Amino acid sequence: MLVFILKRLVNAIFVMLAVAFLAFAIFQVAGDPVEMLANEQMSQADRDALRDRMGLNDPMPVQFLRFVGNAAQGDFGMSYRNNQDVIGLIAERFPATMELVLVATLISLVVGIPLGILTAIGRGRWYAEGLQFLSIIGVSLPSFVVGIMLILVFSVILGWSPSFGRGEVIDFGWWSTGLLTPSGREALVLPAISLSLYQITLIMRLVRAEMLEVLRTDFIKFARARGIPRRRIWFRHALRNCLMPVVTMTAMNVGVLIAFALITETVFQWPGMGMLFIQAVTFLDFPVMAAYLVIISFIFVVLNTAVDISYAIIDPRLRSAR
Amino acid sequence: MNKAFLGASLAVMISHGGIAMAENVLRWGAARDIYSLDPYSLGSTSNLAFLNHIYEGLVRYTPDFEVEPALAESWELIGPATWRFHLRKGVTFQNGAGFNADDVLASMKRVSDPESPLRGNIPTYVSTTKIDDYTVDIETTSGSSLFLRDMTNIFMFDAGWLKDNDAEAPTSVGAQTENFATYNTNGTGPFMLESRVPDSETVLVVNEGWWDEPKHDLDRIEFTPITSAPTRVAALLSGEIDLTESVPVQDLERVGASPEIEVIQRSDLRTVMLSFNRRETLADGRPNPFNDLRLRQAIDMAVDRELIGKRIMRGKAHIAGTMVAPEIPGYDADLDLPTPYDPDKARALIEEAGLTGTEFTLTCANDETVNEESMCQAVVSMLTRVGLAPRLDIGPRAVQSPKRSSGKADMFITSWANEPTLDAYSLLVQVLSSADEAQGVANYGDWSYPEIDELTTQISVETDEARRLELEREALRIAKDEVVLVPLYQQPMAWATGDGISEVTIRADNKPRHWLTRMGE
Repeated sequence: MLVFILKRLVNAIFVMLAVAFLAFAIFQVAGDPVEMLANEQMSQADRDALRDRMGLNDPMPVQFLRFVGNAAQGDFGMSYRNNQDVIGLIAERFPATMELVLVATLISLVVGIPLGILTAIGRGRWYAEGLQFLSIIGVSLPSFVVGIMLILVFSVILGWSPSFGRGEVIDFGWWSTGLLTPSGREALVLPAISLSLYQITLIMRLVRAEMLEVLRTDFIKFARARGIPRRRIWFRHALRNCLMPVVTMTAMNVGVLIAFALITETVFQWPGMGMLFIQAVTFLDFPVMAAYLVIISFIFVVLNTAVDISYAIIDPRLRSAR
Repeated sequence: MNKAFLGASLAVMISHGGIAMAENVLRWGAARDIYSLDPYSLGSTSNLAFLNHIYEGLVRYTPDFEVEPALAESWELIGPATWRFHLRKGVTFQNGAGFNADDVLASMKRVSDPESPLRGNIPTYVSTTKIDDYTVDIETTSGSSLFLRDMTNIFMFDAGWLKDNDAEAPTSVGAQTENFATYNTNGTGPFMLESRVPDSETVLVVNEGWWDEPKHDLDRIEFTPITSAPTRVAALLSGEIDLTESVPVQDLERVGASPEIEVIQRSDLRTVMLSFNRRETLADGRPNPFNDLRLRQAIDMAVDRELIGKRIMRGKAHIAGTMVAPEIPGYDADLDLPTPYDPDKARALIEEAGLTGTEFTLTCANDETVNEESMCQAVVSMLTRVGLAPRLDIGPRAVQSPKRSSGKADMFITSWANEPTLDAYSLLVQVLSSADEAQGVANYGDWSYPEIDELTTQISVETDEARRLELEREALRIAKDEVVLVPLYQQPMAWATGDGISEVTIRADNKPRHWLTRMGE
């Protein structure tokens, strides 16, 4: 078991190194940050000197090794755009993104699972087919369109909720939360719905497929033969057998949501990590971009490793297979 | 009796609460956040314009972009290139410290540090000497009054505050150290910083101790960046913000149709111009066709500026015949006659030069000037119509700008607002002059006109303002005759205000000046 975990950890480190390396390879062709920093009157000599001071004249492997060396000590450098420590900038935004993602995940479970059951047990009925059809729209609508539509309807036309920002937040040490204030909760609703829409349809379809599968199995037939009420069969016997893959997928998708939150965050001016990343991209703020990519890949790796390890604990066959 | 008294006192309390509630809060939705609270951190016009609410310089601009006293009451040229500034007495910083010559010394030392990103904003600065507590001498390399214009953007710090907080050196991306002034402020300006959460909200409150007579009636400014344009428009329509200085051109009609919202629009100082690579050969090794004056003239004629102005700029741009906006000193109304659209003549000229079918790329950015992508598409089809074979290369500014400066772009867009000097000298020295160490920094096409260089050098040392403007007009005439750049238009800008705002000042430099904004009746 220990060997297995160690192997996974070594894997994880390699994945992160590869991501950082790719990020650096992209920076080489992305453009010149000095052009963004320089003002109209800065002379060519000053520009060259600045480029030199920023270490951008060094060959790419040297820049990469320096980055890895510093990052290993928790130092991601300083943002070109904000003149602030990158790790502080990201830590400041992390709670906002995390809160949005967790609430979106919760919404997607609470709405997705019942809809999945409904479409499975009502297969062929008009409402089930209707929901199936709507879910295709949900999967295919890009999230920025969803965001803008929600803003148009609920902020501009109805005036129910704010169209941007995070509302009032309360700080607990380095963590800031908007869940404890009315304005913070109001501000969270639209972005969370917008982010969860895709996830809802995904979970609904997954639950539906699993349910249909399970409902065909022998133990359900026997249960029915025993005269157990249908409702009890659906919710106690069938649903329980469907939930394992749903839980796995939800856990893995937290990483995806964190990464994809950047679109939702941009639309709603949600001050999270994705917003920070998008702005860093337009400014060629390499330290922030590199740190963000590494941290996102770290989250992915941690989630994946955790899922792998838990599987190994549940299923002994996996342990010996590797 | 008791009840009645209670009721009366409640009524009083409520009315008092009402008065307290009625403070004027300006909710300002901007297209992007400020980068830093340190006015010497980045030579960004928008950043400096925001920080001007907190900090001030020795001099400032009047509404017509003339230089007027701010923290300096008066000044004179005492040597061939030395300015003596007499400082205003009785000015205090927001931490209570008095403003005097030591503060000017410390500020000038900080801003002129070789690592200071704003060093380039005062190219002629040499040194500062203290004469007495309220007099300083600033030595420059020339006696030109352009230095005063540059000084409008150099804000004053408190010497003691910088020292106490270990912020005497400027922030530097090279040094990898944070700076106290990135997070904290202490200026002399009309507003004080209350709080700042980057990308969320920056709150300013009125500075009761401001030395100048306030024209505004604001108590508080809540500055919120909303980067997504549709969200910004939505926030304005739903009344969540009172003002934005960046309404997308295509949404103007919709926003203006709303009864509560007033849209203010005009053309700004930024001139958008087509520019050419002028090196001996193009990036792919072909001899450079743009060195043929006939081709440049033909392109000048082939672009239908009126159509672009009407369709893509929705009639809100100022069609340009010359390379600087009418508000910029050095502007010449005689030059500002746009070249008439004449595709037939253009085609004939191109044929005469034997350049029909010439292939080249037009490099444009999709995030730099207003509707640049659509404009470039239109230009490409207009040039195709006269027998050329242009190809559009579009991408974000961060990616496109290295292509311009390295000569990879054959034709590209130069846009110049003459910030921060607000004088045609800025365009002449940074764009039109031959590229060398200190000038021609934005001369991306590497063109060289010795007669323009000669005039620019004369302008830089000319102390007589009228003579300077005359020389500038002469240089711009040469540039127009040679079609160094093809000016298209001054781009449009649009602000929108909700019904709470009774007065707002919008000028061609597109800078917010909320010390002039009024919300009361």
